[in-house]
Amino acid sequence: MTNLLNYPLTETSQFQDVAQRIRRHVLRMVNTARSSHIGTAYSMTDLLAVLYGSVLNIDPTQPDWPDRDRFILSKGHGCTALYASLAERGFFPLDWLETFYQNGSPLVGHTTHSHVPGVEVSTGSLGHGLSIASGMALAAQRDNRKHRVFVILSDGECDEGSTWEALLFAGHQKLDNLVAIVDYNKIQSLGRVEDVLDLEPMADKWRAARWAVREIDGHDITQIQDVFASLPFEPGKPNCVIAHTVKGKGVSFMENDLLWHYRSPDPDEYAKAMQELGE
Amino acid sequence: MRTAFITALQELAEHDDRVTLVVGDLGFGVVEPFAKRFPSRYVNPGVAEQNMTGIAAGMAMSGKVVFTYSIGNFPTLRCLEQIRNDVCYHSADVKIVSVGGGFSYGSLGMSHHATEDLAIMRALPRMTVVAPGDPVEAAAATRALAAMPGPAYLRLGRAGEPIVHQGPISFTIGKAITVREGTDVTLIATGGILEQAMVAADQLAARGVQTRVLSMHTIKPLDTDAVLKAASETGAIATLEEHSILGGLGGAVAEVLAEHAPWKIPFTRIGMDSTFVSKAGDQEYLRDMFGLSAPAVVNRLLALMDTSNR
Repeated sequence: MTNLLNYPLTETSQFQDVAQRIRRHVLRMVNTARSSHIGTAYSMTDLLAVLYGSVLNIDPTQPDWPDRDRFILSKGHGCTALYASLAERGFFPLDWLETFYQNGSPLVGHTTHSHVPGVEVSTGSLGHGLSIASGMALAAQRDNRKHRVFVILSDGECDEGSTWEALLFAGHQKLDNLVAIVDYNKIQSLGRVEDVLDLEPMADKWRAARWAVREIDGHDITQIQDVFASLPFEPGKPNCVIAHTVKGKGVSFMENDLLWHYRSPDPDEYAKAMQELGE
Repeated sequence: MRTAFITALQELAEHDDRVTLVVGDLGFGVVEPFAKRFPSRYVNPGVAEQNMTGIAAGMAMSGKVVFTYSIGNFPTLRCLEQIRNDVCYHSADVKIVSVGGGFSYGSLGMSHHATEDLAIMRALPRMTVVAPGDPVEAAAATRALAAMPGPAYLRLGRAGEPIVHQGPISFTIGKAITVREGTDVTLIATGGILEQAMVAADQLAARGVQTRVLSMHTIKPLDTDAVLKAASETGAIATLEEHSILGGLGGAVAEVLAEHAPWKIPFTRIGMDSTFVSKAGDQEYLRDMFGLSAPAVVNRLLALMDTSNR
C-alpha cells in the first residue's frame, strides 16, 4: 500500500494509489460532514497527489522551514482533498480527517491555516490566492531565494477581477518562481463555465499577460509529472498550467455533474462510490 | 501628515530592511524618494487595490513589514475582504495607510470622502486603528506601528496640517494624549480635526470654561482608562471626528461610557451625519456644514454643559 510517507513517489501506480486514498478520505469526510464540494475536490486530486507526492519541496517535521515551496489552495472549498493530502504526507495525524466539519475541529469547511500544519494560507472567498502567491513570489524573487510558490485556482474564480489584477501583476514582474494551476473542470457553481461566463480562449488570455502556459490532462499522472519537471517553462515568465479536468473524477456517477458540487452521498451512493474507489 | 509619514518611513527603512512600501499607483510627489532610495522594497502594482493588499499579505507572510499606501477609501473599502481575510486573519504585518481622511479631498466629491473608514476598520478583528492628530503624531504613529507586529490602519490627513504639539510627545498606541488639561468638560478628538478642538478649547476658556482636550489617536484599542477618567474628573464629554457619527470615535467612546461609566454623564458625538455630500466643498466648508469647526463645537459643548446643569 502506498501513501505519501513513501515520499518521493516515482511510479505512476504509486501516484494513482495515493490519489485513490485521498479520494476515499474525501468521501468519508464529506459523508460524515454532510457537506459536499466533493466534485471540486476530485477534479484536482491527481494534481495534489503529484504535488505532495514528489514535486513540492516541503518537510512535514518543519512546516515553517523558510526554504520550503509554498502551496496555496485558492479554491478553498476543495479543502477536503488538501487536508487529506497533508495528512497522508504526515503533517498531522490521519484521524484528524474524521473530525472534518465537526464542531470544534481545526478542519474547517474551507481551507484554514489556523491550527492546521502545512496549510500556508486560509481561503474560501475566491480570487484571493493568486495575489497572495504573487506577493510571496515577489518577496522570494527580491530576496534571491530559490523556493517556488504554487497555487491552484478554480475556473470559476477566474471570473473574479482580483484574479486578473494578480495575473497582470505576475507577468509584469516576471515571477518565474510562481506556478498557477487552473483546475479547469468546466463547471462552476450554477452551471457550465462556457454558459455562465466563458473563459475561452483561456490559454491565450494568460499568454497575453506574459505567462508561459502549458495545457495538460489533469488526470494523466505522466503529463502532470512532466509538466512540473519542466519548471520554469520560460525564464522571466510566471508559469501557468491549465489542467483540463473532470469534476467528480473517479466516481462514475459524480463525474461531470454539477449536482456533486452540492450533494452528499446517500448510503447506497456512498457504498457504490467507495467500491469504485477501490475499497 | 503625509510628508511626516513618508519621512518617518524612510528613516525606518534605513534601519530595517524588512520595511516595504506597496502603493496603489498614487502618491505623486510623495513616494518617489522612497522608490529611488529603496527600489527593491518598493512596489507599484498599479490601480488594483485588491491585488495590492493580497500582495502585501503575501510579502508579510514572507517576513516583510509592508505598508500599503493610497488615498481616501481606495486602500480600505475597495479591498475590504482582502484586509479581513488575507491580512487580519493571518495576523499579517501589513499597515494600511490612507491619505485623505475625512474631507481632506472635499471638493473632489463623495468618492473621495473617507467618512466611514474608521468604523469599518474598527470592526475587523486584530486590526489596530490609528488617526494621528497632527504631523508630529503622524511621524510617531508611523514608527510605533512599524515596531508593532500585526495589522494596522493609519488614517492620515493630507498635507499642510498645523502642528498642534509644539514640544516632544509621548506616543503609545492605545494611549490618548492629554493635549490640554481642564475639569469642566472633555473634548476627545481623533485625526486632523484636533486643531479645531484646540481652537474651541481656547474660545471656551475665554468664556471661563476649562476644557480637557484628548487626542485619541488610537481608535482601537481605545484608551478606556482615559475615557473613564474624563467621566469621573470632568462634567461632560464630547467626541469630535471628521467621520460619520456612526461607529467611529463617537461610537467607541459611547460604548465605553454606556457599559462602564459609574454614572450617567452628559455626552455628545460631534461628527458627520450618516449621509453623503453631493455638492463641491473644500475641507473647511464641509467641516462647517457638519458643525465640526471651532465655533460650532463651542456651541455644542455649551449646550451639553447646560444640559448637565439642569
